[in-house]
Amino acid sequence: MSQYVLKRVGLALLTLVLLSLIIFFAGQVLPGNAGRAILGPFASQQSVVALDHKLGVDRPLVVQYWSWVSGFVRGNLGTSYQFQSPVSSFLFPALGRSLKLAAFAFVIVVPTSILGGVVAALNRGRVVDRVISTTSLSLSTVPEFVSGVALIVVFAIGLKVLPVTANAPPGSPLLTQVRYLILPAVPLVFILFGYIARMARAGTIEALDSDYVRTAMLKGLPRWLVIRRHVLRNSLLPTITVIATQTGYLIGGLVVVEALFTYPGIGSLILTAAKDKDFPMLEAGVLFIGIVYLTATLIADILYTVLNPRIRLGKAE
Amino acid sequence: MILATSAGLPGTIEAPSTTLEVSHLDVSYRVRGNERPALRDVSFRIGRQESFGLVGESGCGKSTTALAITRYLPRNGSLSGGSITVNGQDIAALDKRSLRQFRARVVSMVYQEPGRALNPSIRVGRQVAEVYEIAGMKKSEALARAEEMLRVVQIADRGRVLGSYPHQLSGGMLQRVMVAMALATEPSLLILDEPTTALDATVEAEVLDLVSSLRQQFQTSVLFISHNLAVIAKMCDRVGVMYAGELVEQGPAREIFENPRHPYTVGLVRCVPRGGQSKDHGRLDAIPGFLPEPGEVQVGCVFAKRCALADQRCTEETPPTYEVSATRTSRCHYHEQAPELPRATPEDVMPRRADGGEEPVIRLRGVSKTFHVRGEQVRAVVGVDLDLKVGETLGIVGESGCGKTTLARVLLGLSVPDEGSVIELDGSPLAPECTSRSRKQLQAMQIIFQNPDSALNRRHNVRHIVTRALKKLAGLSGESCENRLLEVIRSVRMEERHLALRPYQLSGGLKQRVAIARAFAGAPRVLVCDEPTSALDVSVQAAILNLLADLQSRERVSYVFISHDLGVVRYLSDSIAVLYLGRVMEHGPAGTVFAGPHHPYTESLFSAVPSLDGTRRERIRLKGEIPSSAHSPAGCVFHTRCPRRLENGLCDSSEPPFVEVEPHHMMRCHIPLEELRRLQATQSAPVPEPSP
Repeated sequence: MSQYVLKRVGLALLTLVLLSLIIFFAGQVLPGNAGRAILGPFASQQSVVALDHKLGVDRPLVVQYWSWVSGFVRGNLGTSYQFQSPVSSFLFPALGRSLKLAAFAFVIVVPTSILGGVVAALNRGRVVDRVISTTSLSLSTVPEFVSGVALIVVFAIGLKVLPVTANAPPGSPLLTQVRYLILPAVPLVFILFGYIARMARAGTIEALDSDYVRTAMLKGLPRWLVIRRHVLRNSLLPTITVIATQTGYLIGGLVVVEALFTYPGIGSLILTAAKDKDFPMLEAGVLFIGIVYLTATLIADILYTVLNPRIRLGKAE
Repeated sequence: MILATSAGLPGTIEAPSTTLEVSHLDVSYRVRGNERPALRDVSFRIGRQESFGLVGESGCGKSTTALAITRYLPRNGSLSGGSITVNGQDIAALDKRSLRQFRARVVSMVYQEPGRALNPSIRVGRQVAEVYEIAGMKKSEALARAEEMLRVVQIADRGRVLGSYPHQLSGGMLQRVMVAMALATEPSLLILDEPTTALDATVEAEVLDLVSSLRQQFQTSVLFISHNLAVIAKMCDRVGVMYAGELVEQGPAREIFENPRHPYTVGLVRCVPRGGQSKDHGRLDAIPGFLPEPGEVQVGCVFAKRCALADQRCTEETPPTYEVSATRTSRCHYHEQAPELPRATPEDVMPRRADGGEEPVIRLRGVSKTFHVRGEQVRAVVGVDLDLKVGETLGIVGESGCGKTTLARVLLGLSVPDEGSVIELDGSPLAPECTSRSRKQLQAMQIIFQNPDSALNRRHNVRHIVTRALKKLAGLSGESCENRLLEVIRSVRMEERHLALRPYQLSGGLKQRVAIARAFAGAPRVLVCDEPTSALDVSVQAAILNLLADLQSRERVSYVFISHDLGVVRYLSDSIAVLYLGRVMEHGPAGTVFAGPHHPYTESLFSAVPSLDGTRRERIRLKGEIPSSAHSPAGCVFHTRCPRRLENGLCDSSEPPFVEVEPHHMMRCHIPLEELRRLQATQSAPVPEPSP
């Protein structure tokens, strides 16, 4: 078990190293260089070269990569070209805001979608099931910017019940902050609901059709107890994995929603950095999304192992 | 005990001594808006403490009957006619609450795969205790009762079993737990649906013995469902034979199997190889044709299409339930003539070609295979020496985990044996890996698997599957390939129209024929058959065994035949090797091995298998479970379970050599042959002599 966890952590670290390589070298392949990006099209070639030298981007790539990565490990994320100040002073607050939005969406979507999936499975083939399955599938195909715009038009502009932007004024009480986060969270919920609910439904149906549920029913247990004790634990195991991968998607998918609701999260930050060729910011941002994604999957894998005795205890002799 | 004098007749008066009364039961499944009948007019009753068996091939409605009795039909199934009463209570009339009470107290069920019948993520103890909690006991009390119940089903290591998850226990152990759970509330009716089909012979025998003794102790009535006639014969007082959703014959078990009075039962009894029957004596009598498609409209007798006695009356007039005697019924217009049912397949055997020089086609010397699992050495196959002669069959028997399949894989080069193992084909050594064997060597050896479903590519049709083998193995192309394709297809008794079909459009038997055709495409010298008939119904099995026997005598191909079914092995084999923990314990000509004297392990294996003739011989009980191959016992590997272990400690300390105890008969045992003969003579012969 602990061996398994160690192996998984090692694998996650390896993935991270690969990711950093890809990010770094992809940044180099992009057209345009750092000095030109900072100084603008009218600066002289001489000053561009001088700035490139100062930034160190004229050194060999391997050296640059090494100094970037070793800085990263020591907590030095580099200096933003655009703002001429440390990347970390922008990245961490933005990451914090994004995680807040993601966590809010997560808290809404996980219980509702599992509930939806389980209810659909229990009423398999009936109207309830059809309604839940069709609605969730349709919602998950609507892109965030479409549902986002529709929600703004209806609730913020039409009914004026919710704010248009997502960021509450600094120092607002928690409830106000939540009120601001509702509109941007809902498009994310729409997208994720479908996936998770479908997974929960499939898992529950499989468990309901299993021999052990038959055993439990034939023991004379009431149906709700069979569902609680025998169905849910087995049916929701595969759902956990889906939730984890979707969490990763959630962080990455924030770009559109954040732009739409002018929310100063990591998505907006990366978007601007990409537009302005602010490589240190871009690279650090993407790497952090990678870290969040890998952590989520790692937690899910470990949780799956802990909840599944077949893996936790291994095969019998 | 009440005999079923009035079983199934309308207007039966409820006797107080009846536990289950099924009368004129119709069940149908709704499939794409159509009602498909699954059971038609099924009537039988089970008296108090009586044991009633339902037997028939897959799809005949046995399990549907069981599910209907527990009112646990699938969502699309419904009881469309007739009634089921248990202890005088009509179960259709139960409301939700009383249905739960009924399931908790009156009826229990044990089914085929114990590993799936228990919840994988709850400890066994909790699952057994649950039964008592429903009855209103506190958790701690329930757990204590659960432990007590495990004692009743003779589980020694109760603490460990209670604290284990299902995946940590063996199949036999789990089935004991299921029996404990089923009997915990002392139900009036215990339903056993193929309870031992997934278990090994010796484990099956233990579970059956357990059920028999507990049935007396708990005074429970039993409905025993199985496709295995011999198991039913052993376990049941009376038996009902089902075919295509109808109960075609019923009566006392012994009478039904000795003197069947419905052509289907006659066919079923005839097509099982038994009593030492061998391919040299004659072909099996397979039932021709196929089961009717589900939902096929039935006019007349359901069996008419496959029946050699059928005439116009049978296809037009549905036979009523005839009373054959006071205790027996049959749904056949011609039940009087049923015992004289003509053979469906000719019995004659093609004469074997005279054998020339007896050089073995395959020679194995010192073949071992060790797996390394989590730092432990698992010795799956240990020092196997075997010869396979041209045109002969080597049968390999043993319980699961004994190394049968590993040995086959090593032979085929799918698994690399340990250093020093020698595998020779026609006297020249074979490379350990199949990738380094020559095309000719690869072509010489083919395999047929247990499950044709997963062995055939479902996206290809029959033509593609067989043609590919012809091209790759036989190197044919163009017209010669086409001609050979038709030849091969006909040789497995399939028709040209089958060529365009894909595996999912074929029945299990036809799929296995395709697998055989594919294997024969390259004209192999050796064919490894790994449980080729154990996924098939007995009537289909007979046809496949006949086919294999015919192909062998015509093509002079040698078989390595792996099976857990001793009757099947006996039928097809010329010599037999018995494996235990990867070692050959006994090897010799089939007749000799079956006639005995046996190695003590072979003896217990043979005695565990119930026979249809109902000769209940004393079973040799084995102690404990099969040890793991990772920790093989010192000395003779069988000594931990051997009923004939020597008192002087020789068996515990030194492994007996594998020696020729009489001409061609090899054995690995410290006990001298004459001593074994004397010991085993005191019991009735485990397997009857071959019938002429």
